[in-house]
Amino acid sequence: MEHVLLAPPRRKVNRQVWLPYLLSLPALLTCIGILVPFVTAVIYSLQRYNLSFPDARAFIWFGNYLDFLTEDAFWNTVRISLLYAVLTVGVQLLLGLGIALLLQRRSKVNNAMSVLLIMPLMVAPAIASLMWKLMTNPNFGVLNYLLTVMGIHDFGWASSPNTALFTVVLVDTWVYTPFIIILLLAGLRALPRQPFEAAELDGVPPTFIFFRITLPMLMPYILTASLFRMLDSIQQFDIIYSMTQGGPGDTLTVFQVQAYLQAFSFSNIGKSAALVMILWAITYALSTVFIKQWLKLRAKARGAA
Amino acid sequence: MNSTVVFKGLRGLALIAVGLFFLFPILWVVLMSFMTNADILRSPPSPFFAPTLDNYRGLISGNLDSGTGALTTDYMHNLFNSFVLSAASVIISLLLGVPAAYAFARFKFRLGEDMAFTLLSFKFAPPILVLLPLQLYFQDIGLYDTYFGLIWVYQLITMPLILWIVRGYFEDISPDIEAAFRLDGHSWVKSFLKIAVPLAGPGIAAAGLLAFIFAWNNFVFALILGSSSVQPVTVGALAFITASGIQYGVIAAALVLSVLPTLALALYAQKYLVEGLSLGAVKG
Repeated sequence: MEHVLLAPPRRKVNRQVWLPYLLSLPALLTCIGILVPFVTAVIYSLQRYNLSFPDARAFIWFGNYLDFLTEDAFWNTVRISLLYAVLTVGVQLLLGLGIALLLQRRSKVNNAMSVLLIMPLMVAPAIASLMWKLMTNPNFGVLNYLLTVMGIHDFGWASSPNTALFTVVLVDTWVYTPFIIILLLAGLRALPRQPFEAAELDGVPPTFIFFRITLPMLMPYILTASLFRMLDSIQQFDIIYSMTQGGPGDTLTVFQVQAYLQAFSFSNIGKSAALVMILWAITYALSTVFIKQWLKLRAKARGAA
Repeated sequence: MNSTVVFKGLRGLALIAVGLFFLFPILWVVLMSFMTNADILRSPPSPFFAPTLDNYRGLISGNLDSGTGALTTDYMHNLFNSFVLSAASVIISLLLGVPAAYAFARFKFRLGEDMAFTLLSFKFAPPILVLLPLQLYFQDIGLYDTYFGLIWVYQLITMPLILWIVRGYFEDISPDIEAAFRLDGHSWVKSFLKIAVPLAGPGIAAAGLLAFIFAWNNFVFALILGSSSVQPVTVGALAFITASGIQYGVIAAALVLSVLPTLALALYAQKYLVEGLSLGAVKG
């Protein structure tokens, strides 16, 4: 091991300038090859392009986008996507924070619980929807039975426009709250002890500790978790499509579901592409903020270890 | 004076409620998968019944008894597709991604960082954005409805995951150890394979497992880029549930089979997964 001390270790590495490119190129080419379609999607979004009327295909520049401005279906999509994202992230954050606090202390029960709580996160979201569909089936669904016992009859779940949003938000919450729990639990357990010990010695009331010490110190974790979930939630497809295919009617036609229906049910490629381009702009803005936040958190976790 | 007892009681109740909410759906579907149709339709529903294996037997043999007549299914083929797609995607991503992760961790090269970020930000782009043109392209060049085409597109899921998790592990290994090894006259290939890869082993395993689970759980790629001959369980199950005449117990059994591999992996390797699942906010 004396060599380490004697020789400057970097020199040999620097000579091989081509090496990092050689190592990373195959991985990048594999993915970038796939990303050619991105440019194609931009072009589609600027065209009148319906597979049923191939002869009418033409460049109309921002025509598809301008059409959206006066289209009720588009604004319905915007409204329902935002509502879905805000509801899921809000509910999951509150629930996740509560459960993380509940499990914060390391004990046998808490550790077992945090292991078991990973399970919903491992279920494919599309499959999770189908599981809940079985549980809410009007003929034999066990949840319907429980509601009847509680005095609620004919709860429509996903098949009624009034409760469809509630139902998919519920499934989303079931699948993704564990993600927030894991992240916040990691955050809680990484917090330094001293401020809490000092506060306890001074007899500071628990609510004050929570709002003035725990919450501010946990904020980077909360922010990262919310941004990540927001990014996912605004483009939710699997849960909604498996549950209702966007229905009943247009109740749940969020961005990607609407784009899917436009492209594959109505063959309207141009419109579908324009719709996902708008979604892409939203997610791109969100993802740049998220990546910054995430790298900060990651550096912190690695530095602390 | 009793406030701590009350507090403890409330805590216990809250824990039970949390456990029920998150575990009951899985538990109930598992129970359903062992019920006959009569048991499922019984009101009130009861967790006590004479379990039957008929649902699984029907699924595995492919011959379902629908009550009114015989029905054939190819759900096992979907299950097979899930294994092929996920395993092949992860293996390719590991082979290509681990060297790339090493390059990003060890060398400061201008293009590298930009490329790593581009890759990451495209991971968050809406999948339909890419899938819409790809479906048309794939039909033209004959990649539609092929394992090859799907595995290629699955790289968009598995590659960024493996790249970023493994990169973190390589960054934690001091380059001095490798430098010392190379000073003894070994090539960088040897030092990569003999020193860096084994030291990052747990990270590579964790990234591989997580990537496998994400690939397994994917739905939309195969929905758009394939037909039933290559589609995994996630898509197969939806077709299954909407098909008429299939008994509810069989559907439940199909769902159980589709989540069993990922649940087993997660429980078996739970320690490995937590770091990846928490976005690297804890050290595994």
